[in-house]
Amino acid sequence: MPFNAKSGKFNANINTVELGCGDKKIAIGGENVLPFYTFDAPVENAPKVGVEITDGILENEPECVKKYYEGCESIADMAKKAASLEGVDFLCFRLEGGDPNGADKSTEELIGMVKEVAEAVDLPLVIAGCKNAEKDAELLAKAAEVLDGKNAVLLAAKEENYKTVGAAAGLAYKQIVGAESAVDINLAKQLNVLLSQLGVSSTNVVMNVGTAAAGYGFEYVVSTMQRVKAAALSQNDNMLQMPIITPVASEVWGVKEAVASEADMPEWGDAEQRGIDMEVETAAAVLASGSNAVILKHPVSIATISKLVKELV
Amino acid sequence: MALKGLDIFKLSPKKNCKECGCPTCMAFSMKVAQGAMDISACPHFSPDALATLSAATAPPMKTLKVGTGDAELTLGGETVLERHEKTFVSKTRYAVAVCNCMDEAAIDARLAAVPNVDYERIGERMYVEMIYVNYSAEGKTDYVETVKKAAALGRTLVLGCTDVDTAKAALEVCKDSKPVLNGADASNYEAMNTLAKEAGVVLGVRGADLNELHTTVEKLEALGNKDLILDVGCASVKEAFANAVQIRRSAIKDGDRTFGYPSLVNAAALAKGDIHMQAALASLFTLKYGSIVVMEEMSYAQALPLYGLRQNVFTDPQKPMKVEPGIYPINGGDENSICLTTVDFALTYFVVSGELERSGVPCNLIISDAGGLSVLTSWAAGKFSASTIAKYFAEADIEGKIKCRKLVLPGKVAVLKGELEAKLPGWEIIVGPNEAVQLVKFLKDM
Ligand code: B12
Ligand code: SF4
Repeated sequence: MPFNAKSGKFNANINTVELGCGDKKIAIGGENVLPFYTFDAPVENAPKVGVEITDGILENEPECVKKYYEGCESIADMAKKAASLEGVDFLCFRLEGGDPNGADKSTEELIGMVKEVAEAVDLPLVIAGCKNAEKDAELLAKAAEVLDGKNAVLLAAKEENYKTVGAAAGLAYKQIVGAESAVDINLAKQLNVLLSQLGVSSTNVVMNVGTAAAGYGFEYVVSTMQRVKAAALSQNDNMLQMPIITPVASEVWGVKEAVASEADMPEWGDAEQRGIDMEVETAAAVLASGSNAVILKHPVSIATISKLVKELV
Repeated sequence: MALKGLDIFKLSPKKNCKECGCPTCMAFSMKVAQGAMDISACPHFSPDALATLSAATAPPMKTLKVGTGDAELTLGGETVLERHEKTFVSKTRYAVAVCNCMDEAAIDARLAAVPNVDYERIGERMYVEMIYVNYSAEGKTDYVETVKKAAALGRTLVLGCTDVDTAKAALEVCKDSKPVLNGADASNYEAMNTLAKEAGVVLGVRGADLNELHTTVEKLEALGNKDLILDVGCASVKEAFANAVQIRRSAIKDGDRTFGYPSLVNAAALAKGDIHMQAALASLFTLKYGSIVVMEEMSYAQALPLYGLRQNVFTDPQKPMKVEPGIYPINGGDENSICLTTVDFALTYFVVSGELERSGVPCNLIISDAGGLSVLTSWAAGKFSASTIAKYFAEADIEGKIKCRKLVLPGKVAVLKGELEAKLPGWEIIVGPNEAVQLVKFLKDM
């Protein structure tokens, strides 16, 4: 007997969210099937791949990434170079230096850089904060303002600062609010509910449901994403139907497997290859679990994951 | 698949003789359905009824053993599609491929590299468990010789060979180590089945598409073979993924036993020469239903995240991985050695103790009960705070056991410094680096 294939198509969809504007505009989400299940129904929008740069320009880049940006002196140079990499759909600018416990750069300085980036490239933009909720409220609200009309993602609004970030990004300037929660389906949902109560339209929200590097508590990441997709699609839970965007680079380029030098770990071999595979394998795993977009750093990882997505969709 | 009481009752003897200890056959059937009693408690079920019942209650996916001795591996036996539903039981196994289409030097070099990756991570040995020996009719090298060389590594073999005579010759030299013979298709399944049965090995089956695969598996089952592995094919990444998912889903969710077998994904063939794409595919198919994933090579770069991912995904979601609270002396640390503190999450302990060992500096790692959570998770949950640390120091009488009064905190909880100084008078509280990997330099510079 031939195989009797049963369709796993759902009656509900993930929201379609458009990012950016003009020719380079992209859309994520929209599917009514599990990740890459094109045999159940066509996947509306293929997952997208973003490249991350930071306000440190080259300073905070992993050693092996620096060579790709050789000659870049300003954030605008860096943004242009990043945007030209093969497979890049959008650009993420992380305001790492804003952290009061780190470089503690001023909001003015960082927002100046946001403007430079926005002028340098026409790709959709994601502006990521410094992880300090209080400073991010200020930074992201201001970034939403200066990027008026760009349809950018502000990453992220958290439980502690969603009112400020949500009001500026989602209400005043109609940007996309990135809603960040800590690897827990209930927390993800709760934050979406709070944002919607604030008046932010659910089609203006994308979620970062939390992530980790492969091997570092990653099972919770897989389960959270899978459970979110299951609730969104099979139970039509419209407070979990926002597409998921996952910053992979900021997790993987800190773990030992990716950063320890070959001198320190001779048997592990070339450090660059380790960084690439850590990034590639983590990205493939979050995509397989339900992410609609990933943010990466190494050009080879970006090209590889972009190719993987094209082959799968 | 769970049977309902009523389904069992329909097959029951309906004598109500009470020999099983239940007042009626109906009551007995309900108990069996709940798992409270075993069907064997009734002596009157007909053999036909028992056969129907055992078929209906058989697990949805076959569990197979391949390899022998230390190299024996368990494949399949899954009952759920996502890990949070229950637990995945048989982890994905990784194979490195050689082919007789390669020249001898290349084969030797690839086989020689296999043992390089071999390490322990949180109590689990991480290494290449299988070797895939591919047969090509245009081979430059003798296939059987290649099989012999591969067998010498002591890993479980997969013979990727659809040529019956060659497969037979290869099995002659390795069948005792219980390899997988991945060679049956619609045209040769009868002969391959005979070979596999004679040699007592598991048979891999492939098909031009899922229909052909399904039909061939049914024919093999009709010949009495249920020791099968399903090759998802290598026409394209998209098709291989579609096949892997549909095979597993139809078995687990739709009860299609014909597809209730472990799978094999040949990433080496799907992304020839592209090692990073193979890394991506290995990760994808670890999550989505590859029982065996074949790669061209396994470098540390590919292995470190992959085995970590697999270890994460195949853990039991119901049991946290914890270590016992206590003082863990490292590098011969004694009462005068510097102290560091962290949480009782097994992963954290493994990572931190590994780095401390690497530093060569004698020290004491003090672990308190933090609910088995990571540093930031337990801190955010209130289970790793100045109070919990100070309380543990008192309970475990750390001050009575250790004379040194220097304590290094994980950098991620630098905020605890002030409060901890207040709670542990006499101690110098030092904020350590954020990542354990920085500990070696940090300790040496101190
Ligand atoms: C998996 C995970 C969980 C799992 C827990 C798994 C576990 N056993 O810990 C679950 C889903 C249960 C969970 C729950 C929560 N989580 Co959580 N979780 C994570 C996640 C994704 C990974 C954690 C992990 O395993 N790390 C790996 C281990 C090895 O890291 P580590 O212990 O920190 O160790 C490293 C360093 O600290 C250092 N180190 C360790 N010890 C020492 C010692 C010394 C001396 C030194 C120098 C260094 C050092 O070395 C290690 C490697 O470099 C992180 C996000 C992330 N990517 O990190 C969030 C994260 C930690 N969680 C977070 C939160 C808020 C929570 C919750 C409180 C959410 C909630 N409100 O319910 C709950 C609390 C749990 C509870 N109530 O019981 C936040 C914490 C935010 C903050 N900065 O405070 C994070 C950062 C996510 C986020 N971005 O919001 N979580
Ligand atoms: S022993 Fe069998 S036949 Fe007798 S009552 Fe029990 S189930 Fe019915």
